[in-house]
Amino acid sequence: MTQSHRIEGGQIDRGAVLRFTFDGLPYTGHPGDTLASALLANGVRLMGRSFKYHRPRGVLSAGSEEPNALVELRTGGRQEPNTRATVAELYDGLAAQSQNRWPSLRFDALAINDRLSSFFAAGFYYKTFMWPKSFWEKLYEPIIRRAAGLGSVSLQEDPDVYDKGFLHCDLLVIGAGPSGLMAALTAGRSGARVILADEDFRMGGRLNAETLVIGDAPGADWASAAVAELASMPKVRLMLRTTVVAAFDHGIYGAVERVSDHLAEPLPGKPRQVLWRIYAGRAVLAGGATERPIAFENNDRPGIMLAGSMRAYANRWGVQAGERVAIFTNNDDGLRTATDLQAKGVDVVAVIDSREGGALLPGIRHLRGAEVIDSAGRLGLKSVTVRQANGRTEEIRVDALGVSGGWNPNVNIHSHHRSRPVWDASIAAFVPGADGPPGLLVSGASAGVMSTAGALQTGRDAAMAALGLAGAAPDLPEAEDAPVRITPLWYVAHGKGRAWIDQQNDVTVKDIKLAKQENFTSVEHVKRYTTLGMATDQGKTGNVIGLAIMAELTGRSIPETGTTIYRPPYTPVAMGTLAGRSRGREFKPFRLTPSHHWAAEQGAVFVEVGNWLRTQWVPQAGETEWRQSVDREVLATRRSVGICDVTTLGKIDIQGTDAARFLDRVYANTFSTLAVGKCRYGLMLREDGIVFDDGTTARLGEHEFVMTTTTANAVTVFRHLEFCRQCLWPDLDVQLISTTEAWAQYSVAGPNARRLLEKVVDLDIGDAVFPYMGAGAITVCNGLRARLFRISFSGELAFEIAVPTRYGDALLREMLSRGAEFDPVVYGTETLGVMRIEKGHVAGGELNGQSTALNMGLGKMVSKKKDAIGVVLSQREGLVDPDGYRLVGVRPVDPAGKLVAGSHFLEIGADPVAANDGGWLTSKVYSPHLGCDIALGYLKGGDRKIGARMRAVNLVGGTETEVEIVSPHFFDPEGERLRG
Amino acid sequence: MADILIAMTALGSRDAAVVHVGPLTVTERLDVALASVAVRRGRAKDLVKAAKAVGLPLPAPARYQAGKIFGAFWVAPEMWFAEAPLPGHEEIAALLKAGLGDAASVTEQTDAWVRFDLAAPDLAPLLERLCNVDFPGAPDGHATRTVIDHLGCYLIKPGPGMARIYGPRSSARSLLHALETAAASAW
Amino acid sequence: MIIHHPILGPRDAQEFVYLGDAALIDRPDGMTSGIEAFHDYAYNRDNPAGTHRELWFHEQGDRSWLVVTRNTVTHEILTVELARDVARARGRST
Repeated sequence: MTQSHRIEGGQIDRGAVLRFTFDGLPYTGHPGDTLASALLANGVRLMGRSFKYHRPRGVLSAGSEEPNALVELRTGGRQEPNTRATVAELYDGLAAQSQNRWPSLRFDALAINDRLSSFFAAGFYYKTFMWPKSFWEKLYEPIIRRAAGLGSVSLQEDPDVYDKGFLHCDLLVIGAGPSGLMAALTAGRSGARVILADEDFRMGGRLNAETLVIGDAPGADWASAAVAELASMPKVRLMLRTTVVAAFDHGIYGAVERVSDHLAEPLPGKPRQVLWRIYAGRAVLAGGATERPIAFENNDRPGIMLAGSMRAYANRWGVQAGERVAIFTNNDDGLRTATDLQAKGVDVVAVIDSREGGALLPGIRHLRGAEVIDSAGRLGLKSVTVRQANGRTEEIRVDALGVSGGWNPNVNIHSHHRSRPVWDASIAAFVPGADGPPGLLVSGASAGVMSTAGALQTGRDAAMAALGLAGAAPDLPEAEDAPVRITPLWYVAHGKGRAWIDQQNDVTVKDIKLAKQENFTSVEHVKRYTTLGMATDQGKTGNVIGLAIMAELTGRSIPETGTTIYRPPYTPVAMGTLAGRSRGREFKPFRLTPSHHWAAEQGAVFVEVGNWLRTQWVPQAGETEWRQSVDREVLATRRSVGICDVTTLGKIDIQGTDAARFLDRVYANTFSTLAVGKCRYGLMLREDGIVFDDGTTARLGEHEFVMTTTTANAVTVFRHLEFCRQCLWPDLDVQLISTTEAWAQYSVAGPNARRLLEKVVDLDIGDAVFPYMGAGAITVCNGLRARLFRISFSGELAFEIAVPTRYGDALLREMLSRGAEFDPVVYGTETLGVMRIEKGHVAGGELNGQSTALNMGLGKMVSKKKDAIGVVLSQREGLVDPDGYRLVGVRPVDPAGKLVAGSHFLEIGADPVAANDGGWLTSKVYSPHLGCDIALGYLKGGDRKIGARMRAVNLVGGTETEVEIVSPHFFDPEGERLRG
Repeated sequence: MADILIAMTALGSRDAAVVHVGPLTVTERLDVALASVAVRRGRAKDLVKAAKAVGLPLPAPARYQAGKIFGAFWVAPEMWFAEAPLPGHEEIAALLKAGLGDAASVTEQTDAWVRFDLAAPDLAPLLERLCNVDFPGAPDGHATRTVIDHLGCYLIKPGPGMARIYGPRSSARSLLHALETAAASAW
Repeated sequence: MIIHHPILGPRDAQEFVYLGDAALIDRPDGMTSGIEAFHDYAYNRDNPAGTHRELWFHEQGDRSWLVVTRNTVTHEILTVELARDVARARGRST
């Protein structure tokens, strides 16, 4: 196809041809084109169907405010819906599809909605789909979603990656139009660290779209020279294709850089986009302004666009929007389009100027006091109906109409801290109000300063003020300084049909009238009732018209009516960008245990515990089911010896002359009486009396302890200890440091535990030297420093042995080979769980953040002879109820009976209702030792119910088992084995 | 000494990893011993004296300082990490404890961390993708804790074109992966 | 948000863990105070729209607990102190 609408000029590289498709048809364009400019160059006006009525729509704008020309870009996993053709940079091979149409863009079956429009006015859904309630989710919503909508997603995984990053600067300049460039030049020349970010792929802003002159050069050339100067400054960072989307607190800004969106696919290793967090000492918002249309009947036909955008297509992209063009304006800026287009040889048929009086444009049919009241052309504009000042109507044949209703300063980012814009009648627009983000200044059109000279000056001044620059201000080049001349016209009252305000959401003037009729007159209500200003464009072109009409209807002024404000993001941000690299297996980092490599070699099954990958069990040949492995590991450990990697438990080194005193304060039980060379089980409470954590703590010296925590609470316990040390007892002589990762630690448990260890340790570890709960420094394998603790979580004779982490792998292999005669097994977390439940030790299911020491049967550990965290509140009436929960053991009356964790205790014969609930099973395993399921549970008054029979009822799974309440110590209740 | 047991690196190897991505070289350092040194209550003056005698620098907050044998960086109020060559300082904690006496609490940290040394003419494009530290704006000798790929790390800037990262040893593989992917993205 | 750490200067709030009201420093003595005093301490909080003194922990930093005085309406941070200094000033010691 030929580029039938391409005219001379523009900032495109005509020497190179880019091929692309739209709805499967091939077209060509040039580097520098957007998808929209290239489609217009090829004479394509119809680009989409509207959200609700499926009206044919073309391009309205030439920037990120675009409400209509939304397309799906790319295919497969890279398919991206709702991208704006006006900012999609053209590349060779680009494939775009129109959306929200079926079967085709030209013939869309759901355009029937347009005929039925009287049913679909604002509030239609709220009113119609109220009843019956259950129909909403299953019937109404799916149908509506299919009919009313934007693009579709591929449901394939996005093959691209997204980065996050952090940048620092003295001054962030948002927007690289004349004002932003001048601000950046001023700051850069002063030696400041500057970031200049612009959403476009070419800096210069409106200078690229205008024929204005700065100094003696075309504005675009001045911009190029400014960019070149900035690029030569080492402390200035120019960020193209980068949208500052949010102003957060204290000078932090969010920005999205589209690194690879202009490529068919990213280069190897490169992200598609980067989400930057910018720490800016100060910032200047030089975000320009957005033109708004004027609403009139059928003002949404393809071919009707904003006048400034029509001018941009001609000047920047060398594209004429039509062969016969008219302009409809209420201000002087619209006239510029007529002059520029005429200068380029485009046939400007008429300028319809709603204002009376004023100067006539030379050489153009300039109708003053006139209005466009209707248009015709089903899939594209064919003519407009004009009502002249004298009341006569005339149909003018045109295929493009440029509309200018005035310009709205882009105040969005200034509103991100809830600053309300204020009305400036002189330009008939909202400008930034008070209480914007501290440190953010506004310049140029964003500040309501609409001339080029004003943009340059306020840009310079903002940079100087932001950085506190003294001395002479840099000279400014001469530039256009025309005043804004506008007589507001929001909508054309003539005509009975629908006049569109918010084209993205199909909101019309009638909808605003309906909202008023139903008393939704506050701007926030108007927005929610009509959907004005929602979705991807956030009302950039339509909002102000909507509220101005509401003001008129209610007889209030626009300032009285007010405006909604803007939240982040300024333009839509893809979910992938927010996720960054954190997805799939890279969602979080992993922590590997010292035995990980050995276990992986054995084909161990791993379980994620926080970030740790722990061995869950280690299958052997022939074992096809996890229980086979776990039963074997348990029995082998109890029969001879088993080894388990317990490195993941938190370890905290506690030193200082007050270390023992400190431990007395943070543990409910006493540690100051602990002898050097011994360890003790410690119970840590929260201040509210609930159990926080548990573990053993060893006294390695008079002023030196090593505390262990549960794997899950390692971080929170450390934080809590620091709180106690710094905030509660700031003068205690206590020093803390985590040593979790410094030591590889293994539990060696079973009747042969000592014999096996004797094969690797250098010293005597007999009962006399290392009695039960003994602890101390030893050496292994001919002199390697190590620590040995005689502690048991399994009920067996057991030790924990620790060596510097890098030797953990070798120590394990050494223990297995030297101790081969004992047939040692390596067991995982499942076996650990079986043995601790057999022994009645509490863990995750019981340490549930709701249970007290008393609940756990550990009430006697809470010492009242000293002040410790949580002791006082643990004695509250509600927590010491003799009928409260107590830890019990549970076994099925029929040994073949199955237990389910989470089942509730009920008396035999009691109804399964909450009032009869006796408690619940907290942890359940199959005990190969006992040959049946066993469980721990919290049972009301459980300590007095040992021997009772109850039911364990699981209403969720529909199971019920008759159980016997027993002591939680299923195995070796006298503790003979662990002392052996 | 422990010649029977062979050390395994944090990455599961016997040898230090060296990785090149574009202009970046990442070198895993196995030859550094590490210990924390914290002042006991009211013993700051004693510690300063003893540290001077053993040649241990006690730099100001956010600073790294090299010494003849021991280097050190500030990690928390009244706490430093001391570095020394691993050969001869395998038992760095015991050595320091002997020198500092009861003026300080000393804890071995050698195996709690993996250390990667980064070298490239300009490290900013890499580090700006990894952490919020203003690396180009930081002076030589800057030392800070920061978060890289969710991992709490110490980042030290010994001089131009260099950075040291101490990261949690158990996550060495994830940390190196983060460095490699960020480098591929940066260059 | 940026918290101006008294020792380390401006640091991103992402590095901190928030605890809550700085009144948590004023823990009653467990040997001389009863359940009522501890109940107040553990549960009763003001919820001001405006100036609020609160505890933040520099977990991904130097592990200092800080008392941050913050305007909960504007997020303006007025002062930042080391909690240890605040605790001492409030008479806490050993």
